[in-house]
Amino acid sequence: MSGALLEVRGLQKHFPVKSGAFGLVSGHVRAVDGVDFHVDAGETLAIVGESGCGKSTVGRLVLRLLEPTGGSVRFEGEDLLRLSDSRMRAQRRHMQVIFQDPYASLNPRMTVGAMLGEPLMLHGLAASESARRARVGELLELVGLRPEHARRYPHEFSGGQRQRLAIARALAVEPKLIVADEPVSALDVSIQAQVVNLMRSLQARFGLAYVFISHDLAVVKHIADRIAVMYLGKIVETASTDELFRHPRHPYTRALLSAVPQPDPTVVRERTLLEGDIPSAMNPPPGCRFHTRCIYTRESCRIDVPELIDDGAGHATACPWWPDLPPAPPLAEGTGNNEDRLRLARLQAAFVTTQTEAT
Amino acid sequence: MLTFLSQRLLQIIPTLILVSMLIFGLQQLLPGDPALIMAGEERDPKVLEEIREQYRLNEPIPVQYFYWIKGVLSGNLGESMRLKSSVSSLVAEKLPVTLQLAAMALIVALGIGIPAGIISAVRKDTAWDYGANIFALWGLSTPNFWLGILMIFLFSVTLGWLPASGYVRLGEDWRASLATTVMPAFVLGNAIAAVLMRHTRSAMLQAMGADYVRTARAKGLYERRVVLKHALRNAMTPVITLGALEFGTLLSGAVLTEQIFTIPGFGKLIVDSVFNRDYAVVQGVVLVTATTYIVLNLLADVAYVLVNPRLRG
Repeated sequence: MSGALLEVRGLQKHFPVKSGAFGLVSGHVRAVDGVDFHVDAGETLAIVGESGCGKSTVGRLVLRLLEPTGGSVRFEGEDLLRLSDSRMRAQRRHMQVIFQDPYASLNPRMTVGAMLGEPLMLHGLAASESARRARVGELLELVGLRPEHARRYPHEFSGGQRQRLAIARALAVEPKLIVADEPVSALDVSIQAQVVNLMRSLQARFGLAYVFISHDLAVVKHIADRIAVMYLGKIVETASTDELFRHPRHPYTRALLSAVPQPDPTVVRERTLLEGDIPSAMNPPPGCRFHTRCIYTRESCRIDVPELIDDGAGHATACPWWPDLPPAPPLAEGTGNNEDRLRLARLQAAFVTTQTEAT
Repeated sequence: MLTFLSQRLLQIIPTLILVSMLIFGLQQLLPGDPALIMAGEERDPKVLEEIREQYRLNEPIPVQYFYWIKGVLSGNLGESMRLKSSVSSLVAEKLPVTLQLAAMALIVALGIGIPAGIISAVRKDTAWDYGANIFALWGLSTPNFWLGILMIFLFSVTLGWLPASGYVRLGEDWRASLATTVMPAFVLGNAIAAVLMRHTRSAMLQAMGADYVRTARAKGLYERRVVLKHALRNAMTPVITLGALEFGTLLSGAVLTEQIFTIPGFGKLIVDSVFNRDYAVVQGVVLVTATTYIVLNLLADVAYVLVNPRLRG
């Protein structure tokens, strides 16, 4: 995959843990422990997993908002981790970020115009004051807001509008890659659909690549081309979205998918329930990290660290036993609780209506 | 903004009335009879009676209050029994001294406290941070009189750079004036700098961890701009409050520091007047101080609105 826009190899981030009166380092949280993936231009890769699995940390490492402990991040073939500060600042033009909480990610003391204009000025994208103002208006229209909104402050907008502002801000510098860290999790479901559809139409228009970090498989299914499933700092399975939803291989992926609520209450399916919490990343289990919660655990799982092996068709699994496992139960059913089902039904309904509106 | 201002201005009136009643009332609780003190050793009943008549000391307290307030409203704060001069002229004489000292102390405090707070937040858990924290601890735990004496010993006695005591008016000779006030201003500002530093540090740490700061970094901004424009502006609110309150405290005079450096400011005036039961002076000075305090608070409120668009109506 030498032509990939973003290529991540062996990415690691260990946070030191200090304890005691003298603040000595007593251990490390291995938030991200050897992660490989790539993103092609114009593609959406979703990273999914439980909270605490390190997916947000991966997003920040890729953008070098955090310094990795090890590994490499290549963007258009250039290793970002070796760039000087000033080269990195220039490179940021091509890679932007959208955060989860649009109430926290917009500076409350800056008008929308100042916020959108700042990166334009910084990267020399708008020569004059009037060119900048015109571009700000253009960006606002692009995300479905009005140019006169430039004079307002973030608190004068609703949550969905704020996330549109965050998207406009990310788009301002015409990036090639946007890392979206749970971009719709803080929003109401009908707004989620609007924002996801907006992101998709912008992708089609500008050929953007997304790294879409989420815990919500229902949303991911609508936007991702490929999915990487993370567990405790490692990727356990990657595949195209269709393939992953149809033929999940890793026991963890199966458990995650069986937890996705389905809108049809008449179908009943088997659910694989995961017991217990995610183990501490400070002291991860030896062997396969999932063996403490896996229902198919064998003796060797406790000793051998499984590698992420690609089957040649782009479906990689970090479980050597997956061909022996019983076939995954068909997906489409619904023992999920009522609230989940209703939520999903609303989400899907919203997708349908907003898409017809858009066309 | 205009409604906000007029509302706040209207709120000041009842506050001031209450403050004036408190000042007048509390003072009556002080033990001792001003007439006795003024009459001196002899205590001739006739003289005592005359004094009481002249200063309306034998009238009921509410009547005394009424006469006082009537005078205050027409710009007459009363007359000092001890110094035989009007309180207004005393205030006019001492206020510039205290103002100058307070302003200089605040400049010292802001000049040290805010940069130190920023540095220790940006370089958290480094030698810079520890150094700033040690400085803050030192500033908070050093008594003013002790630091003042040490400074006099070093800069006046040993090095002979600065005068040990006295005061020269700013209008007379600004260089000499600065020379006489720089040490007390540093002593006063030092303690406030420590408080400001701690508050700036915690507010900055909070702001630096916010997503919008991460966003600013992702934009590709220089770290300097991220810190000063994006984080600092959001961290300034508690620091403004604190600065205004500390300035108010400074205006009521720094008794010990003024005493050590023999600066003729409000602090010295109040203490002397209390000891001499010079009611009119105490009332006048406290009223002026309280009013300044209230006005400063109003200014701080206006400053919040200016830095925080969310408060704008």
